[in-house]
Amino acid sequence: MLDSKIPAGPLEQKWVDYKGHVKLVNPANKRKLEVIVVGTGLAGASAAAALGELGYKVKAFCFQDSPRRAHSIAAQGGINAAKNYQNDGDSVFRLFYDTVKGGDYRAREANVHRLAEVSVNIIDQCVAQGVPFAREYGGLLNNRSFGGTQVKRTFYAAGQTGQQLLIGAYQAMERQVALGNVEMFSRHEMLDVVMVDGKARGIICRNLVNGELERHFGHAVLLCTGGYGNVFYLSTNAMGSNVTAAWKAHKKGAFFGNPCFTQIHPTCIPVSGDHQSKLTLMSESLRNDGRIWVPKKKDDTRKANDIPEEERDYYLERRYPAFGNLVPRDVASRAAKERCDAGYGVGTTKQAVYLDFKYNLINKYGKTEAGKLGIENPDTETLIRLGKEVVKEEYGNLFDMYEKITGENPYEVPMRIYPAVHYTMGGLWVDYELMTNVKGLYCLGEANFSDHGANRLGASALMQGLADGYFVIPYTIGNYLADEIATKPIPTSHEAFVQTEKAVADRINTLMNIKGKQTVESFHKRLGKIMWEKCGMARNAQGLQEAITEIQQLKKEFWSDVRIPGGITEMNPELDKAGRVADFIELGELMCKDALNRNESCGGHFREESQTEEGEAKRDDVNFAYVAAWEYKGESNWELHKENLEFEVAKPTQRSYK
Amino acid sequence: MEHYMMNLTLKVWRQKNANDRGGFESYPVKNISSEMSFLEMIDVLNEELIRDGKDPIAFDHDCREGICGACSMYINGRPHGPWEQNTTCQLHMRAYKDGDTITIEPWRANAFPVIKDLVVDRSAFDRIIQAGGYISVNTGNAVDANVMPVEKDKADAAFAAAACIGCGACVAACKNSSALLFVSAKVSHLALLPQGSPERKSRALNMVAQMDKEGFGACTNTGACEAVCPKGISITNIARLNAEFSLAALVSQ
Repeated sequence: MLDSKIPAGPLEQKWVDYKGHVKLVNPANKRKLEVIVVGTGLAGASAAAALGELGYKVKAFCFQDSPRRAHSIAAQGGINAAKNYQNDGDSVFRLFYDTVKGGDYRAREANVHRLAEVSVNIIDQCVAQGVPFAREYGGLLNNRSFGGTQVKRTFYAAGQTGQQLLIGAYQAMERQVALGNVEMFSRHEMLDVVMVDGKARGIICRNLVNGELERHFGHAVLLCTGGYGNVFYLSTNAMGSNVTAAWKAHKKGAFFGNPCFTQIHPTCIPVSGDHQSKLTLMSESLRNDGRIWVPKKKDDTRKANDIPEEERDYYLERRYPAFGNLVPRDVASRAAKERCDAGYGVGTTKQAVYLDFKYNLINKYGKTEAGKLGIENPDTETLIRLGKEVVKEEYGNLFDMYEKITGENPYEVPMRIYPAVHYTMGGLWVDYELMTNVKGLYCLGEANFSDHGANRLGASALMQGLADGYFVIPYTIGNYLADEIATKPIPTSHEAFVQTEKAVADRINTLMNIKGKQTVESFHKRLGKIMWEKCGMARNAQGLQEAITEIQQLKKEFWSDVRIPGGITEMNPELDKAGRVADFIELGELMCKDALNRNESCGGHFREESQTEEGEAKRDDVNFAYVAAWEYKGESNWELHKENLEFEVAKPTQRSYK
Repeated sequence: MEHYMMNLTLKVWRQKNANDRGGFESYPVKNISSEMSFLEMIDVLNEELIRDGKDPIAFDHDCREGICGACSMYINGRPHGPWEQNTTCQLHMRAYKDGDTITIEPWRANAFPVIKDLVVDRSAFDRIIQAGGYISVNTGNAVDANVMPVEKDKADAAFAAAACIGCGACVAACKNSSALLFVSAKVSHLALLPQGSPERKSRALNMVAQMDKEGFGACTNTGACEAVCPKGISITNIARLNAEFSLAALVSQ
């Protein structure tokens, strides 16, 4: 039933051959074809721009007040590409291999190889658009390292890489708006997919300014709506990030792939209290220069700077000498949890570890700068002063962010960090062409399940978003639309539009009429707590079963006691949020179900029942080398479909970073 | 950091919709921790308002880490509040003490009409970008990224200008509601790079023309914009825009 449509032939020839044989749409016909793009992050903005350039009539939608504010903007550290500008042994194959291995052999080889191939085009495209990547004194591009790799292949713009890439894509899209190829609808939220004769033919969305429902037709619909980390309430996602568009598609028949694959990022600013509304990431790139440690003594109450070197446990360097502080995210997160659970955590809550820059500030940057300036035998103070300047240039905005939140100066005292929900590898199931199992419905970027397996490597989300939008969908969508050139735009007075809009309106009315006692926020917090405790960094069968029961109960309570103030035909952020939380509750149940089904540990999915003697994730390739694609069958009812994963080139082995 | 609790009075601009006159309302807020962010303090108040059957305060916010540019509060007479190079969402309550009164308003500018409470319409900024805030290069055209070296100083200066988050604080701070810091940041970002050079003239002319059309005021060099910019965008960008604009205007004549 699941056809991944992976082209035949050797791995490195698949994409080349596909492009050579895919159906094309001639320029005159492109002008007659309408494409809806939902979401304007890296995937959506780049897709809207690229399809507009090709001549399709594009309508783009975002819930923010401007497309430039999509959450891709917050990505910090960088974007990977197999350029090998550093002459350190990188290649398309290595990027492919690192990504498949980093994903713990739960990604599709063909997709990942294509991603590695187009990675080099992305950097070229972005530079041509004016993205101000960091450069060397010779004027050429600079690189840094990220976790799970042993080469320097990450391009960056200080700690604001996502911002610069998104502004590039946003500008390219706004150019198409000016040329009349893209029509932009901001402050609009998609609330359902319209299906006509088994194909996605449009959307129903709500204008968030006046509350009115709108119908929009498209020959194809692209969902580029990001991840669902906010199901945990506290995450590094933006407040508005949600699963609603993907979830509506799921309920219209699109399979949800690997929903339990969640990335817990090791380096985030710890929770400070119950009032906390979100968590802030400190880029993985900081692990280039920061060393992670805890005191060797349990419950050590001394200040970090008072603990002498020999009494510090650099546990990542100790456990994983080959990769040290640059192990992949899932490994680093679990190691932090292990130390804190064992009683070595720091700070008031004891749920934190140190990320310390002093060593490299002095020994790496300070000494290099002193050498450049010809200072002989510099004292420590001079080295710190010189080193600070370089660190400031590399990560300045991150250090400022940390200080604003915590009130502590990370140049002087080590950062306190703890893992937090950051990214979701799961998402709508898509085939090689990025089409879901619903015809004409595509899913790009973080919203799909495709490229990162059970764990995403750092600096690969930006790469995937832009790969999907700039370099994959412009080819693959033609293969579908070539057969649609005779399809005239369907008027939105069509019965399917009327019925779908009515269902959306009914649901909104139902929500508003509950008039209960509890706020939307309070339900969201309770859901988050269940998910974090029972479907978070470590999971077990008993906890997951409990979670499913608790979530079903929470759902009942929500639909009988939620209180939404205000009216329907006006700006009403609480109503927007209520719809999203209702969808998160349903998704939460599916995530637990998927986690329960996957009785193995892989990547970010750690089942306590399946670990090695050293406490590492233990995969079960015999029973679980598949993508779990869930079909919605009705309330709390899903059917599992399996796409078996074949590894022809990157043969699965026990992942080791020692 | 040692934390402490405080009770405050908020004076908040409430306006039901674009046609409503609007006015201030006062709200007491209790047991606010100095570790909370400013927006978390508003969250606490909103939860109370909802429980009391009242309409919560509408405000724009999303990333809550100072990069998306959505938050836009005018706090005690200053966009984004008292801290330097800071957005409202990054402001934390340790900036205040027990008993303080805090006045919160939306951005005030003709080109940014109020939609509801503290939410304003900043789509004028998107239209200014549409007028020329880009490099006209189609996907797939690009040559190898390292073919054209860029002097590090210029690349760094372009990056500094490109750090603009499009929040509109510059407009809100300016007595003339000028958008020149925003426009100059984009013109500078692209003009400083060799890739942006071919369109330098038309870009400066078209973006400035669109800015005027949107109803933003003139720049009288008070520097208020630079003082409140959360990303430290320098007014030297305005000088660069003026030079670009003059040159372009001269040539086009």
